[in-house]
This record gives sequence, structure tokens and C-alpha cells, in this order.
Amino acid sequence: MSLALANGTRLGRSVAIALLVLAVLALACWQILASLRYSNWNWEGIWAQREMIFRGWLLTIGIAAAALVGTFLLGLLLAAGQQVREPVTRFVARAFVEVIRGTPLLTQLLLGYYIVASAFHINDKVIAGILLLVVFESAYMAEILRGGVASIERAQWDAAKALGLTRSQTWRLVILPQALRRVLPGIAGQSASLVKDSSLLSVIGVAEFAKQTELAVSNTSAPLEGFIPMAVGYLLLTLPLSWLARRWEHRMKTS
Amino acid sequence: MRLEIENLSRTYGTQRALDGLSLSLPDDIRCLALIGPSGGGKSTLLRHLGGLEVPEAGRIHINNDELPRDENALRAYRKRNGFLFQSYNLFPHLTALENITLPLIHVHAHTLDSARAIAMKQLDRFGLSSHAEKHPAQLSGGQQQRVALIRAIAANPGILFLDEPTAALDPEMTVEVLELIRELIRDGQEIVLCTHEMGFARAVADRIAFVAGGRIVECAAAAQIFENPKDETVRRFLSRVLEFR
Repeated sequence: MSLALANGTRLGRSVAIALLVLAVLALACWQILASLRYSNWNWEGIWAQREMIFRGWLLTIGIAAAALVGTFLLGLLLAAGQQVREPVTRFVARAFVEVIRGTPLLTQLLLGYYIVASAFHINDKVIAGILLLVVFESAYMAEILRGGVASIERAQWDAAKALGLTRSQTWRLVILPQALRRVLPGIAGQSASLVKDSSLLSVIGVAEFAKQTELAVSNTSAPLEGFIPMAVGYLLLTLPLSWLARRWEHRMKTS
Repeated sequence: MRLEIENLSRTYGTQRALDGLSLSLPDDIRCLALIGPSGGGKSTLLRHLGGLEVPEAGRIHINNDELPRDENALRAYRKRNGFLFQSYNLFPHLTALENITLPLIHVHAHTLDSARAIAMKQLDRFGLSSHAEKHPAQLSGGQQQRVALIRAIAANPGILFLDEPTAALDPEMTVEVLELIRELIRDGQEIVLCTHEMGFARAVADRIAFVAGGRIVECAAAAQIFENPKDETVRRFLSRVLEFR
């Protein structure tokens, strides 16, 4: 009886907090709109541009998917490169990661597209954009993977060695399967970052989601009607990824 | 096995783990136990004998063959023998069965079917077949060590090296693992082990080497070492560890 009562008051408190948060949000939105005097909503204008925006959204998905595969492979290579005994390889891999992580993506995109890509005659903006994104994200991916490998106990290397496995078999059959399981939440989180970071490709003129929304907004002078759906469009891609990350994290804790 | 160790040395940082250790066992022995204080060098010696470490200086001959220094030859040597550590031997992402079949398939070139058949036969032999599909985390410490032992013997190793195989187990589990080891010895398996289980060492080993300070202090038959040790350090060590027996 008293337990049911306690549960009842707890539920009541949660509902009260939820209502309060909603009220504050509504008030803030109303205040912002009022101070902007945003009255000439132009949803029809944006709606007319829906196809262009949607094509951008699809391109963002395509770019993110392709870049994710590349990021994983290059990240793996960079993580392994930092583990080898040969010092030059180790230094190069480490230096690559440090330089990439130490400079803004925007700088890398401008330098990479206008100077490096044009020097290599890569004229396709989408291809250049994916490659630059892969370079940037793989440095972070490498750190995630390296952490995962470092978390595997020394005893596992010993056990594999004692059984007569070669070094590459040890990586493939013993270390990576365990390390990848441990870093899955991190990989999912990094994937969500990758989706968001891809919006910066708009600065080199890739016709992805952010760029197309920007175009639609300047065509219609309807910023809120463009940017609010843009935020929702990115959330549709990133929320499932963060949900996956949480789920995997939970599963790891329970198993 | 016949064993000849000359002047084996190994330093870790400033710590001299093995300090010109020599040991000569020209007669064919089946089970050699290494005993002695912690940090005395017995595990390091065992890792060298098992081909997991390359000596800084010195030589090891087993059955008149010198242990190689080249990594490929050493891997071939490890492949012919077995090694069991104190704990965390099993791969946690694989089932008990997969743990046993993995080296059979990838190191000993068995097909999946023949590897499974060998693994199941051995699991059956030691009453563990009902645990075949379990992951290590679902097994008790004693069951984990027994599965790891089965993995180590599945490819018929020449010599089985055991590094304090029961040190991480409670008394009941210790017994079940020691029973399995004794059974292996009865069936003719050659073994070199490090252990703190003095009673067990005495029961199964035909030679006991007392390792301390990175050297062999005394090496003799079990009865001799336990009843009438020549060296004063050995006498003091044994009287201390056997005080509550």
C-alpha cells in the first residue's frame, strides 16, 4: 500500500517536471519568435524546394555510408601502424593522427580541396569530399580502435603465442574480435559525428543536405522553415546511431 | 625428457630474474616440478623452457636439441608443446569448444570436423562435454582451467608446461584441476610445472628443482628434497610453507 503510494508520488513528480520543462521550452520559443517578429511563415516556398533538399539528404546518407567504410579501414591501418615494432611506420602513423586531430576540419577541407585535390586532379567534389572526410574521421577512429586493442589483457597475447598462432592470426582471431566488441559504442558515436561533420562539405560546394537547405533558404528567404527541418533531418540520422551506441554499451555491461 | 640448461640469464630492467642458471638432468624424467619463493625466477625459467622468451645469454637443450632463437623456429617449437598459465588462458569471445578447436584448425591444419571430433572426445574424457557450448564467463575458474588444459593437450604436445595452474583457484577447484593433471601424467604426458602446491609436487614429480635468486639452489628426487634437503634456504623455505600442513 505504502509502496504503491510512493510509486504514485514518484510518477506525479516526474509528470510535474515534464510539464515544467515543456512550459519553459514553449515560453522560450515564443519569446524568440516574438523578438524576431517572425510572422511571414513561408512553408509553401520551402515545400516547393523539397525535392532539391531531399536529394541533398540522400547524398548526405551516401557520403556518410561511403566515408564510414573508408574511415574504419584507414582507422584500422593507423591503429595497427602505431603498434608495429618498426619505428618509422610507428612514427608516421602517430604523426598523421596528431596532425589531423590538431587542425580543424574546415582547414583540412579548404587546404585539401583547393590545393591537394586539385594537384591530384580530383575534380569530382563528392569524391574529394568523401576522401577528406575519411582522412579526418579516421584519425579519431584510430584512437578508438587503439584504445580497444590496448584494453585487451597481455595474457591473451601470451595465450595465443603459446598455442603457436602467428602474429597476424593473433590479431585476426584473438585480439580484433574482442577489441571491436569493446569499442562498438565508440564506433557508433563516431559515426554520428561523421554524419554531422559531413555538413561542412558544403563549404567546398558539395550538394549535400546542408548545402541544399542553404540554397533553398536563400531562394525563398525562409530561414526557419529551412533550418528547422534541417536539424530534424540530421537527428533522423544521428539518433538511431546514439541509440545503437547506448544499446551496445548496455549489452556489454550485462554480458 | 632430458634437460640441459647452461648459464641462463635474463634481466627485466634492473631486476635479474635469471642469474646464470644451470641445471643438468641427463636421465629421462617424466615430470619436473619447479618450486621456490615468489619472484625467485621459476616462472621466468618456465617461460624460457616453453619457448615464450628468448634467453639473453645461455643455452637450453631439451632431448639434445638446442632451443632455437629465431621466431619462426620458436613458433614451431611452441606448436609441438603445450603451455598453461595461471589464469585468463581462454579466449572470452569463443565457447569452450571453439577455444579448443581454434588452434587445431589454424595451427595444426585440422578440418573443422576433425577438430570438433578431437575436442568433443577430450571434453568427454574429462566430463566437460556439457559445457562445450558455454563461454568462459559462464564457467567456474576450475572448469576454465580444465578446458584450457584440454586445449593445451588436444594436439598431443611433447611437453606440457604449467605455470602455477592452480594459484588463482579456491581449494575445491584446485583439487579438480590437480586431479586432471595427475591423470595426464599417469597417461604418460611429460610435464614441467611451477607450483606452490607442495603436496602435489611431491606426489607427482620425479624431480624437484628449487629455484631462488635466479638460480637452481637444489635439484633432487622429491623424497630427498622434502625429507632431507641439503641446502639451508630450501630447508627453511619448506619448513615455513609446510608449517600448517
